[in-house]
Amino acid sequence: MSRIAGVLNTLGEQGRKALIPYITAGDPHPDQTVDLMHTLAAAGADIIELGVPFSDPMADGPVIQLACERALKHGTSLRQVIAMVRAFREADQHTPVVLMGYLNPMEAMGFEAFADAAADAGVDGILTVDLPPEEADDVAPLFTARQMDPIFLLAPTTMDERIRAISEHSSGYVYYVSIKGVTGSASIDVEEVARKVANVHRITALPVGVGFGIRDAETAAAVGKVSDGVIVGSVLVDTIARHQSDPARLQQALTDLLSPMREALDGLAS
Amino acid sequence: MPIKLTEEMLSQLPDARGHFGAYGGRFVSETLMDSLMTLEKEYLRLKKDPEFQATFDKDLAHYVGRPSPLYLAERLTRETGGAQIWLKREDLNHTGAHKVNNTIGQALLAAFLGKKRIIAETGAGQHGVATATVCARLGLECHVFMGAEDVKRQSLNVYRMKLLGAEVHSVQSGTRTLKDAMNEAMRDWVANVDDTFYIIGTVAGPHPYPLLVRDFQSVIGRETRQQSLAQAGKLPDALVACVGGGSNAIGMFHPFLMDESVQLYGVEAGGLGIDTGQHAAPLAAGRPGVLHGNRTYLMEDENGQIAATHSVSAGLDYPGVGPEHSWLKDIGRAHYVSVTDDEALAAFRHLTRVEGIMPALETAHAVAYAIKLAAEMDPEQVVVINISGRGDKDIHTIAQLDGIEA
Repeated sequence: MSRIAGVLNTLGEQGRKALIPYITAGDPHPDQTVDLMHTLAAAGADIIELGVPFSDPMADGPVIQLACERALKHGTSLRQVIAMVRAFREADQHTPVVLMGYLNPMEAMGFEAFADAAADAGVDGILTVDLPPEEADDVAPLFTARQMDPIFLLAPTTMDERIRAISEHSSGYVYYVSIKGVTGSASIDVEEVARKVANVHRITALPVGVGFGIRDAETAAAVGKVSDGVIVGSVLVDTIARHQSDPARLQQALTDLLSPMREALDGLAS
Repeated sequence: MPIKLTEEMLSQLPDARGHFGAYGGRFVSETLMDSLMTLEKEYLRLKKDPEFQATFDKDLAHYVGRPSPLYLAERLTRETGGAQIWLKREDLNHTGAHKVNNTIGQALLAAFLGKKRIIAETGAGQHGVATATVCARLGLECHVFMGAEDVKRQSLNVYRMKLLGAEVHSVQSGTRTLKDAMNEAMRDWVANVDDTFYIIGTVAGPHPYPLLVRDFQSVIGRETRQQSLAQAGKLPDALVACVGGGSNAIGMFHPFLMDESVQLYGVEAGGLGIDTGQHAAPLAAGRPGVLHGNRTYLMEDENGQIAATHSVSAGLDYPGVGPEHSWLKDIGRAHYVSVTDDEALAAFRHLTRVEGIMPALETAHAVAYAIKLAAEMDPEQVVVINISGRGDKDIHTIAQLDGIEA
């Protein structure tokens, strides 16, 4: 069983929901990323999604675009991101790490070399935004063979037959994109999400994480109630942007954001 | 040695998943997959629908003004002193470039699919103008995304789009050129996927765009084939077209792929010179990767980040290229070459002076290479240049280079 499945199983048995924060690696500076990952874990993260910066983040809104630009200004490469995970693993062998990004940096590194290096560093899952399962035949098996979970997106526009096919290609969890839009855009319609996630649950036994549009404890609880976990990204990245010049303050600000979400999610269990 | 192409091979390019050999495909976020699959299904149905094709042909004839002439450039031929140089006059189309062939076709598709809101990306502004034009005609809401850098250097086209009723969104992210405009258009599409049709201007992007843009632009090559036989008494010996994304080139090349005697030359933007790294020539100096929904040759750094490009012409200033060109390069059917900014500018002036035809700066790249090529060929041979657009939009750029405030 992968580290991701282990964590999600345990949470499931306890009736708890996963809190999955996202930050972009190398933002605001590559030297800070490992510390920020530890901050996220200490504030209650069950899984960390670590964004691999890309020059052309087509699926991301302005907040994460700017994070990519900040990270790339310091030359953050995929190899460096993998090294950050390795450094994180020295002190934390428990919290699963999912690399989230676009295909081209992986393709440039070479899929096999990437899979080897990522698995060796302690990466647990790979989510490639612009890689649908139809194009993943040569790539996803490399991850699976190294006990890393290929995680795919489901969208409000995904029809039932596709939900089934995508779930069959996925392990760990599936990521339900709650809104039609880029990251950090509109606010979500919780009732609509509830209906859609219930439908996904009917089709697959995999845990369903929901992301896009979760900004505070209230939305986290509302979405957590109908799913297996919430993914929180843009609001954290926005906080990083606002406190980029003051690392101590930044860690506190991230903790202040995540802790109430953790509490709200755990409040659902009791 | 190029492989022998057959009718059967070509009918399977792209294949069911949108692949041209190792290239093409559909690399987009999940939200767009359903729309792309619907578009593919509807297009494959309409492609065989006589009513759809008749409407398309009628619009090309009476609204665009097709067929465009194939013109023997006698003075240019004489001054070059080699093969006959013929010009396929796409610059005479309504709106002044080949782009309108495709926007007519895609707007028809949008109408059949019941979409009322149109988005488009543009580099030089020609595709934006062509899109705004068909939207004005059909009464569709039109949003054009254009890099802030291009908004500056193609201000005339920005104004044309606004006059036509389009909203022009100046894109401030990334390198502020065509690739960033395409990113922003994709983002808009994800957010408005239910009511919006994305009219992509080139043969790149996710399947089925490279297929349908090629089909709509192939009228250029089909006409050229007939006109060359009728007027020159033979098929051309060489076809020359500029390549940014590559829509005018593929439209010219595709109907000739089986004609082995016809040499195909795609001319990329060499910028300040390939060895300077300041260019936009992925086929000459890039490697395969994935951007904007397809796998193709790209300009990128060693870490897979897309590289900044440079070209004097906004329409060629793009780090990728249509996947079918990548395939044609690999199998050796088409030759891909490049000319520098300076060579293109010289060709712009030369064609203007000796033929009274002012080409777009994009097109001037093809003219520059064709003159070099024709000079090495025999007088009974025929070279056809695709004059993909007219140069009015570039007068401001040329005037600035001449130190004149136009």
